[in-house]
Amino acid sequence: MTTATMNPAALTADWRDFVALTKPRVMTLVVFTGLCGLLAAPGHIHPVLAFTAILCIALGAGAAAALNQWVEADSDGLMKRTANRPLPAGRMDRQSALHFGVGLSFFSVILMGLALNWFAAAILGVSILFYVFVYTIWLKPRTAQNIVIGGAAGAFPPVIGWAAVTGDVSALPIALFCLIFFWTPPHFWALALYVRPDYAAAGIPMLPVVAGERETRRQIWGYTAIMAVAAFAPVLLRLTGALYGTVALVATLLFAVLAFRVFSSLELDPAKMKAERALFRYSILYLFILFGAVVFDRWMLA
Amino acid sequence: MTAQENKPVIDEAQIRARQQARAKVLALALGAFVILVFAISIIKMTGKG
Repeated sequence: MTTATMNPAALTADWRDFVALTKPRVMTLVVFTGLCGLLAAPGHIHPVLAFTAILCIALGAGAAAALNQWVEADSDGLMKRTANRPLPAGRMDRQSALHFGVGLSFFSVILMGLALNWFAAAILGVSILFYVFVYTIWLKPRTAQNIVIGGAAGAFPPVIGWAAVTGDVSALPIALFCLIFFWTPPHFWALALYVRPDYAAAGIPMLPVVAGERETRRQIWGYTAIMAVAAFAPVLLRLTGALYGTVALVATLLFAVLAFRVFSSLELDPAKMKAERALFRYSILYLFILFGAVVFDRWMLA
Repeated sequence: MTAQENKPVIDEAQIRARQQARAKVLALALGAFVILVFAISIIKMTGKG
């Protein structure tokens, strides 16, 4: 039996590695918020077209994740959390990842345009380009505010879902966009606090690395307050009813309690940062709860 | 350690097995895509979209 020594990964990347390149776990939240945007929108589309819209959002998110990993292959290799991804682990060559990401990007945008409408396709295209060029290439290696502005990339799915049904964008999808946008800093910085050594080793200027833990905790608390306003905006603007308002009140109060625990914590050892891990885990659940509540509320209003 | 040294060494049988698995997954994906395009076409033609 012969042994392949000439760049074997280029020929033999497992199909599971291509799936891993799309960050499936991150995709679940993207798909869910996109689906909620689609379900909350007024009007009706055929279930097959709705499925196609969600498939396009998922593939677009996967394409952006693949291109993100293509750009960050070197720095991913320096971080414990990401060192086992297909590119830094050497299970796939860079060109395959680039071709996969670019191909999937075009495929998702064109399919969205042909099956649904070109306005939704344009927003999907902008979200992919924003994530890759504005967040990954421009902001992430340069500024500690990278995920504040870059968070917009993750906020597009409910807008795309809405636009797929209606062909336009109105106040509610913009409110949902703002909710994810202001949710991103406390969500991401909670994680950044306990993986700070990883980011420092890779030279990525995340807020805890650049400004320190005290400042990060202060900003998590500050952005939680802004996020709370964004969470109540749909009720205050009468875009949703009492059901969403009640759920948002309870869920946001719990978020605030967990964020306050992070704010008041003096823990410096990442291994002992329980409050930060709890906030990170709950922040994901929080978004699922609020978006689910928006859909149920809109259905009840209808 | 260089990138080349970092790459796992894989024997030929494993390469063939992975290529076959990739081909099967791609065939399934293409089959699903054909069905999806067919369904979308029918919906568009009947005006239900």
